[in-house]
Amino acid sequence: MKESEVMYKDGALKPVREIVVPGELLDSGKLRPGSGTYVSDGKIYASQLGIKSTKSNYVNVIPLGGRYIPVTGDNVIGKVIDIGPSNWLIDINSPYPAPLHVNEVPWRVEFGDTARYLNVGDTILAKVLMVDETKRVQVTMKDQGLRKLLGGQIIDISHSKVPRVIGKSGSMIQLIKSHTNCRIFVGQNGRIWLDGDIENIVLAIRAIRMIDEGAQTLRLTERVKEYLESVTKPSQ
Amino acid sequence: MEGKMIDENGLRVDGRKADELRPIKIEAGVLKRADGSAYVEWGKNKVLAAVYGPRECHPRHLQDPSKALVQCRYNMIAFSVSDRKRPGPDRRSVEISKIISEALEYVVFTEYFPRTSVDVYIEILQANAGTRCAGLTAASVALADAGIPMKDMIPSVAVGKIDGQVVLDLCKEEDNHGQADLPIAVIPRTGEILLMQMDGHLTVDEFNKAMEYGFGACEKIYQLQKDALKRRYAVEDIEGLEEEAPREQQDMEG
Amino acid sequence: MARAIMSDIKRDHIHKLLSKGKRVDGRTWDEFRQVSIETKYVESAEGSARVRLGNTDVLVGIKMQTGTPFEDTPDKGVLATNAELIPLASPTFEAGPPDEDSIELARVVDRGIRESEMIDLSALCITPKEEVWLCFVDVYVLDYDGNLFDAAFLGAVAALKSVIVPAAIYDKGENFPLPIRSTPISCTSVQIENSILFDPTLDEEKVAEARLTVTTDENGDLRAMQKGLEGSLTLEQVRKIIETSQRLSKDLRKLVG
Repeated sequence: MKESEVMYKDGALKPVREIVVPGELLDSGKLRPGSGTYVSDGKIYASQLGIKSTKSNYVNVIPLGGRYIPVTGDNVIGKVIDIGPSNWLIDINSPYPAPLHVNEVPWRVEFGDTARYLNVGDTILAKVLMVDETKRVQVTMKDQGLRKLLGGQIIDISHSKVPRVIGKSGSMIQLIKSHTNCRIFVGQNGRIWLDGDIENIVLAIRAIRMIDEGAQTLRLTERVKEYLESVTKPSQ
Repeated sequence: MEGKMIDENGLRVDGRKADELRPIKIEAGVLKRADGSAYVEWGKNKVLAAVYGPRECHPRHLQDPSKALVQCRYNMIAFSVSDRKRPGPDRRSVEISKIISEALEYVVFTEYFPRTSVDVYIEILQANAGTRCAGLTAASVALADAGIPMKDMIPSVAVGKIDGQVVLDLCKEEDNHGQADLPIAVIPRTGEILLMQMDGHLTVDEFNKAMEYGFGACEKIYQLQKDALKRRYAVEDIEGLEEEAPREQQDMEG
Repeated sequence: MARAIMSDIKRDHIHKLLSKGKRVDGRTWDEFRQVSIETKYVESAEGSARVRLGNTDVLVGIKMQTGTPFEDTPDKGVLATNAELIPLASPTFEAGPPDEDSIELARVVDRGIRESEMIDLSALCITPKEEVWLCFVDVYVLDYDGNLFDAAFLGAVAALKSVIVPAAIYDKGENFPLPIRSTPISCTSVQIENSILFDPTLDEEKVAEARLTVTTDENGDLRAMQKGLEGSLTLEQVRKIIETSQRLSKDLRKLVG
């Protein structure tokens, strides 16, 4: 068994993901440099702390930490932190605040009347409309399903854990939803909104925290399932 | 009258050989609020480093439209030294903050984050010579822990001279009687020197010997930095990571 | 403490849970988070302690020096307390001289130590009117998740109890343990929509209307109090807080030995 492989209970061999640090050599020439990497002297190195991953000829590093960097098209959960006469400023948990212009909301807003629709402290489900070369970000609410969120609870997790919380084809989030009967939106920016029975919200949050904080990830789905089954009953 | 700092067997006051490092422990991700953090115990030094960022640059007028600023603040806490130090920056801390910021600026891909600031805070909790080196070593780990894109990590160490001999990594006692002090920071893979200061008296031969010790030590410290970061995250299995949230493959070249 | 904007949803969620007698982290209203105290944390200090209260992390160090006494207390040692909310502890802390929050924290910790007469300052006199021992208490916040008052106070008390006055290096005789006469304990609680919660987390502090820190001695007598934030408390609430603080202090006192 190679050092980079681990034996699972069923006897199958599976490759262990490699954690790389900035400056670590990833490839010397066959692959193309993907995200989380940089090129120097024809060789590809990691630029971030993360997991080395190869996909269709590219070598990437999936970051294990770091702030959310907005990508056009991402669904995000934002918090209104400032209002102007023709726009609002939204905190999407990234290095850049994101303006939301009156033209990008589903309401007809008169100049100066912005506070009537969204106020400081409100939470919205929005989409990243564009990110330009200088990293100026804009968000929009003009799309299906985008709206102001009311009630429920919001939590922040590390944005790099979002894929794990969603799970393979949404399996993990579905597991949590069905056991707790909660509506759950997971923003790409690591912000999650949950709504439902208050006791169930608390349980769903605990399950999500298990995923976010767990360093040990072997059998994660099983453990989350065990926890949920021990505290709730799945809905029909 | 100064006593001998190196005995007949070539051993120093704490039993080390000329080219031996003090014991070093590094731990990554030790604080909850900070975006990245690291704790280093280096001999009797205790150092905590934290990173916030990239985040909006304050003060606004310092914002750079083409890149992120790397702003480091090095500080010694009041009871880190035997004679209590009045809280607040002194001239020495300001200078050290500057040279560390410059070293870190070199490795961070600042152009990825225009108009922001990457704020690095180094707090010396207990001092025993070589704090700026321990601080920079910790800061590099904290930056990587914060997910900041960077070329490499930066190990740092000080070489000195006592009793006419070049020695690696002076402790406080040695530093008080030292004849030269040469803190450096180096990227081992490329050999690039990002921080260097010197005071005292060294011949060019002594300098070369010192750099040999320093570079060698940096290789070892670099491994410790790497290990600290890798240890922070347990082995990740395939589960849940196969299908990343679908994003287009971006080419990072050019 | 610098209050960043909190989303209405988070605020409402706290209120909703409260109306059912629950807290976000599952604690009861009068429950403290997990406390860990590590003394002798830093060798360069004559006494030190690192306190973790939930995710709040505070380091306190004591330095002893000789110096001149105050004119109005020529035969007593001097106690000076400083607190630093250093930027590494929270994105809302800025570098710079102590702001009103750091100063309030330092003064409340100082008051608790001083008014409980925990340190026998008369025993710190070397030569009346000329030379006395100065006791510096320095509080550093390393990670901020609410209730700095109690974390800092526990740290200060634990650190002071471990101090050996370094008389020998100052040629003032033999080293001796700092003369400690009592163990005061502080208990901080907040009022949110008329519910009282002890040991508030950062989120609970952000939503709180009023805050009260009560410092008591071993007899349960009051030594120092500080009401904070911009809301109000009724006398009824204050009485309840005092009674609960006396009770909780007994357990906390065991942690500092």
